[in-house]
Amino acid sequence: MTNNIADIDNCKTMLIIGSNTTEQHPVIGTRIRRAVRNGAKLIVADPRAIDVANMATLYIRQRPGTDIALLNGLAQIILQEGLEDKEFIAQRTEGFDAWLKVVETYTPARVSEITGIAVDDLFTAARLYAGNKPSAIFYAMGITQHTTGHNNVLAIANLALLTGNLGKPGAGVNPLRGQNNVQGSCDVGALPNYFTGYQRVIDDAAREKFQKAWGVELSPKVGLTVGEMIKGANAGQVRAMWIVGENVAMSDPDSHHVVAAMNKLDFLVVQELFMTETAELADVVLPAASFAEKDGTFTNTERRIQRVRKAIEPIGDCRVDWEIVCDVARRMVSSSKFQVSGSEPETMEPETWNYDSAEEIMNEIASLTPQYGGVTYARIDAKGLQWPIPNKEHPGTPILHTQQFTRGKGMFSAVEHQEPAESPDAAFPFTLTTGRILQHYHTGAMTRRVAGLEQLAPEERVELNPDDAAQMNVGDGEWLRVSSRRGEVQARAWVTDRVGRGVVFMTFHYAEALTNALTNTAVDPIAKIPELKVCAVKVEKLERETQESMFVMVGGK
Amino acid sequence: MPVNLTINGKAVQARAGQSVLEAARASGVHIPTLCHHADLSPVGACRLCVVEVEKMRGLVAACTLPVSEGMVVQTHTPKVIDERKFILEMLLTDHPNDCMTCQADGGCELQDAVYEYQVKWSEHKGKRHSYPIDGDPNPFIFTNFNKCILCTRCVRACAEIQGRNVWGVANRGFNDKIVAGADVTMLEAGCESCGACAAYCPTGALLDKPSRGKGREYQMKKVTTTCTYCGVGCQFDLNVRNGQVIKVTSNRNAAVNGMALCVKGRYGHEFIHHKDRLTKPLIKKDGTFVEATWDEALNLIAEKLGGCKGDQFAFLASAKATNEENYIFQKFTRTVMRTNSVDHCARL
Ligand code: SF4
Ligand code: SF4
Ligand code: SF4
Repeated sequence: MTNNIADIDNCKTMLIIGSNTTEQHPVIGTRIRRAVRNGAKLIVADPRAIDVANMATLYIRQRPGTDIALLNGLAQIILQEGLEDKEFIAQRTEGFDAWLKVVETYTPARVSEITGIAVDDLFTAARLYAGNKPSAIFYAMGITQHTTGHNNVLAIANLALLTGNLGKPGAGVNPLRGQNNVQGSCDVGALPNYFTGYQRVIDDAAREKFQKAWGVELSPKVGLTVGEMIKGANAGQVRAMWIVGENVAMSDPDSHHVVAAMNKLDFLVVQELFMTETAELADVVLPAASFAEKDGTFTNTERRIQRVRKAIEPIGDCRVDWEIVCDVARRMVSSSKFQVSGSEPETMEPETWNYDSAEEIMNEIASLTPQYGGVTYARIDAKGLQWPIPNKEHPGTPILHTQQFTRGKGMFSAVEHQEPAESPDAAFPFTLTTGRILQHYHTGAMTRRVAGLEQLAPEERVELNPDDAAQMNVGDGEWLRVSSRRGEVQARAWVTDRVGRGVVFMTFHYAEALTNALTNTAVDPIAKIPELKVCAVKVEKLERETQESMFVMVGGK
Repeated sequence: MPVNLTINGKAVQARAGQSVLEAARASGVHIPTLCHHADLSPVGACRLCVVEVEKMRGLVAACTLPVSEGMVVQTHTPKVIDERKFILEMLLTDHPNDCMTCQADGGCELQDAVYEYQVKWSEHKGKRHSYPIDGDPNPFIFTNFNKCILCTRCVRACAEIQGRNVWGVANRGFNDKIVAGADVTMLEAGCESCGACAAYCPTGALLDKPSRGKGREYQMKKVTTTCTYCGVGCQFDLNVRNGQVIKVTSNRNAAVNGMALCVKGRYGHEFIHHKDRLTKPLIKKDGTFVEATWDEALNLIAEKLGGCKGDQFAFLASAKATNEENYIFQKFTRTVMRTNSVDHCARL
């Protein structure tokens, strides 16, 4: 997020696009509701009339995969109405003229045609966002999990640049990061192309720095992304994998393909809390400690680094994740028997891997990571700190880009609408979009083991528009077969106007209704994010004994 | 502009717009309250905070009285104390004498006030309510409105903190009652099971259901930590008793969320002690998992990975693991395994 969470109180207009905020980032959702109660305007743009849409000033329903057209269209109207921030554009941005040429072609009529949104609503949205400032944009996976994900994000940035809604209180572009420590995992270099703090592995100076710190020669070659690892395993190029706390056999698109890949590996280690679908495929399963059993830090979506504190001893023989990996590292560097023939001898000392505490590791991170330079456990004890924190005296940075952008001037990027990788056709006439619900988390390894959460949301429900349901003669709670080119799933229907005609929604929480057996592995060419928000499916009524759905209605809808 | 007033003969400076209650508390004077909570809008419903103010008639509720220049306030005159005792006695005439087994014991603000003013519970022939106990099917919220003092903190917490409007007061005289929606179940009234109402309830009328009977406030060790679910980064206190995480309670100092939490953060911790937790290393032999020692498992890993260095190896790190752990994962992959193939599910 460019701005901090508390700053939501300063927004006059909020645009939520591709984020089911009150279910996926619930406490940010409550903050947004509070702002609306205090008079802020709210625009919700989503293929589904999600809970927060109920209190929106304006709800607009774009066809899945048409966000760029929508965002370009809003920009076009803003220009047409003269609502752009000319001073901001002149002083802090570049690339405006080239961008203008593209955006001008997104006339209201054309955008309405592509997105399915009424022209009047496009005008209302544009006037609110550009006219009632400061305005902030919130987005999440609904924007990024597309083959155009990277361009979707650029289109959002364009809109903020055009209206000067950056670098000030109440404005900003706020991606809401999904899992608790996605931000931190990226920050500390759990990425194939970056060391900590986004220092590039292909950059000689960066590599030099880490070689000196770590005492070994480092590969200058960018590594594999998750999707490429799976492809590599299938092709036999990746032979061994170590997976910590991720249930790829369920969370990743086209699950059958993932399972096949894992089975091809010579050796798979999975470190987990539970015997997940992925752990089942492993050669060695290691029992890991949960968050309650360890010390450390998480970095939240507003870049705040906060403490995780050990409350209980690890259960059974469980061990903390970093200790396990350090232990293996010590064994490997201390024994020449593990040397690959032909490779240069190991120069690391086993002692390199003797850390006394998580705090000692954080001190090493701080010494190598400019953004975390000022972090100590003492400083983050009470309230955490928001990076960048370049030194020990720096108070942290709640709002980014107040003076200038990371690259100097903000760049307008011309991006064009492009249809999703797989569009509905005669054989697969529906669009499936996926996501999560309030009561469960991810593949459910944790939440489905909480009795009360299971009671609230015990089974998958396919959201199906009432008109489509009527046409297929499907009643609420009746069984459906949903199939794609890759697989099929059976689940009950939830007949609801949350979704528009021709669209169905499913979650990936339930192993017994494996939604990711249906989804498409097509990825964004730059961000490599799979298109989990759009694929083509067929929906059929299934004659199966229908008992009353066990689902307790939540949220009154 | 600071406002000057006198509280119990002492000169006090307050901010314009502060209430007398806030000014008194800021200057170290304790005034008891029940319906008041610093996070919620003041309503002056319980009147336990009454004070005497020069040139004002009768007793005034301090929580809704703004400070003004030259104001002279007395917080503990005999008249004030008598009024507070009377209010508490009245509350007890319709409250069960149940502190012995009540989950809220030790964390109950009514109990604290009654103790402070040494008010006795008395047998009487008059009417007490007998509402159904645990009458709502919500799996996380336990209700016992026999213990409700109609302070409306739940109503305000749901509306002002959670942004829902589940609770309301049904006006029926003696039978005034807190109801969900049009007296339906909480879920039917749009409840998101966030637990804010229970967290703000000063008595045992609304409680966390799963942790009932598992330990009281004073038996818990509290450890402040960060939520393991979504990226908002809420902080809360894990309540530990005998090595078990019993429940989660809000920590008002939490930087991001204050007292607010969602259903997963507040109630989603049962998995920690779930019987399905893996507790021993497992090695697959002939297609089935066999328990192993850590040494066996780690030696096997070291041996196998030793033969797979470079780009034939890939590490899938975790967005659920800590920063320190992810740092170690990538350092291991890059230095020991000699490849940059480390990634995590940032894209999912
Ligand atoms: S649990 Fe939350 S949403 Fe439900 S009634 Fe209480 S405060 Fe409202
Ligand atoms: S249920 Fe609790 S918070 Fe609500 S009015 Fe009664 S005592 Fe107050
Ligand atoms: S309590 Fe809920 S909103 Fe807060 S971090 Fe946890 S999951 Fe997210």
